[in-house]
Amino acid sequence: MTQVVEGPPAAGSCCLTLTQETDTPRARPGYLSRVAEGLSSVFLDCSSGEPTLPEARAAWQTASTSGWGDPRRLHRPGRLASQALDAVRERVATHVGARPDEVVLTGPLAPTAQAAVAGLALGRRRTGSAVVTSSVEHSAVLAAAAAAGDAVQVPVDRLGRLDLDAWTEAVGRPGVALACLQVANHEVGTLQPYAAAADACRVAGVPLVLDATTALGRLDATDLGAWSVLLGWAGAFGGPASVGFMVVRRGTRWRAPYPADDHQQGRWPGAVDVPAAWAAAAALDAVIADRDVVAERQRRLVDRLRDGVAGRVPDVDLAGDPVDRVPHLLTFSALYVDGEALTLELDRAGFAVASGSACSAASEHPSHVLAAMGALTHGNVRVGLTRTTTEAEVDAFLDVLPGVVSEIRARLGAT
Amino acid sequence: MSAAAPALTLDCTGLRCPRPIIEIARHIGDVEVGALVELLADDPAAEPDVAAWCRMRGHELVGSAPPRFLVRRCR
Repeated sequence: MTQVVEGPPAAGSCCLTLTQETDTPRARPGYLSRVAEGLSSVFLDCSSGEPTLPEARAAWQTASTSGWGDPRRLHRPGRLASQALDAVRERVATHVGARPDEVVLTGPLAPTAQAAVAGLALGRRRTGSAVVTSSVEHSAVLAAAAAAGDAVQVPVDRLGRLDLDAWTEAVGRPGVALACLQVANHEVGTLQPYAAAADACRVAGVPLVLDATTALGRLDATDLGAWSVLLGWAGAFGGPASVGFMVVRRGTRWRAPYPADDHQQGRWPGAVDVPAAWAAAAALDAVIADRDVVAERQRRLVDRLRDGVAGRVPDVDLAGDPVDRVPHLLTFSALYVDGEALTLELDRAGFAVASGSACSAASEHPSHVLAAMGALTHGNVRVGLTRTTTEAEVDAFLDVLPGVVSEIRARLGAT
Repeated sequence: MSAAAPALTLDCTGLRCPRPIIEIARHIGDVEVGALVELLADDPAAEPDVAAWCRMRGHELVGSAPPRFLVRRCR
């Protein structure tokens, strides 16, 4: 069964039809093992991105067959591509509580954040050059803030939550061009007081870039407060990693920080990859369609993990808010263990996890998020549940973890 | 930093975390309760991790000026 995309083609005027597969099962048995083929058998690294959803893959295939035209052209393939992009913007707009013409289809998070921050800094250059962020934003956002102006970082508490009083004071100072805040932290899952922080920005007359990357598809994003620009990335919810969104509210003083061209009214340069954008919208539709069911299951599994880790591994530091959080993340650190060894041993035991410890990522420095929270940075494990993670997989991880930790401690002479 | 002299100095310069933390854990019991241990550690993770270790193990971080840390044994 296929569903014809909503769009304005006049009856009989088009022989090509973009279709959206609607009969793809959302969680097929064996899906997890297929996506993780050749890697660890249980994939628990969803903090970096959800494995590509079958819905997204099917949508990409459909669109790459019939949606390859140049959307700026008047011919039929061009019109089809243009209609597909309109439909993508409409679907994204619906999910984030915006208007379709406010949605700009962009690339990965780093260039998207740079465009959002640099564009607001340009539009507000007469007001000032300070760029206020929390200290636990994604490194791409912190880099964009540092490049665009005088970065001001507002501290967080032990749970990774923004100090709202300090934020209000910081955005209220003269000379602030813009502020950036995440909806939820990408490493520890803690929800930020984004609505109150946005209110403080509105009162101060400062535009806010809201980074919804970790939250999109995991909680209701249709009413996230008084943001000026919202960021999203399809790789986080099982769409193509090449597609992001920058939603710019009407009336926002944003100026293109690059030479304008005739794609997307000059708001993002270059041709849009239509099949990838189509796949991103399909992934977003799919995760939102069963968001509440998946979120409830993930929430329960993370609670189980949290209790299991705390009860079965001695000397462990659990990071992040246990309740006020996105549903799928859990981060913890084991004393006297190095993160690189822990990640590799867990991989050998069949579990793929992330780590914020130095040397286990592509950095000599430990996670700036953990450091800002005062959390232990060595021996760090970041678990991100996929949409299909089962209780049996969580229990298997909990069975393996204590032995792996104590073996590494023994090896380091730290027992 | 406190003017009191440390009862013990651990030089972990050049060692990567968690090694400096393992060393202070191993030697904190060598000094009396209330006495100070000086830790020298230049790994970038030492600053957050010495503070986190003190919080987790119930000791007092008296001074933190990388690469020099001063910890009071409290238990």
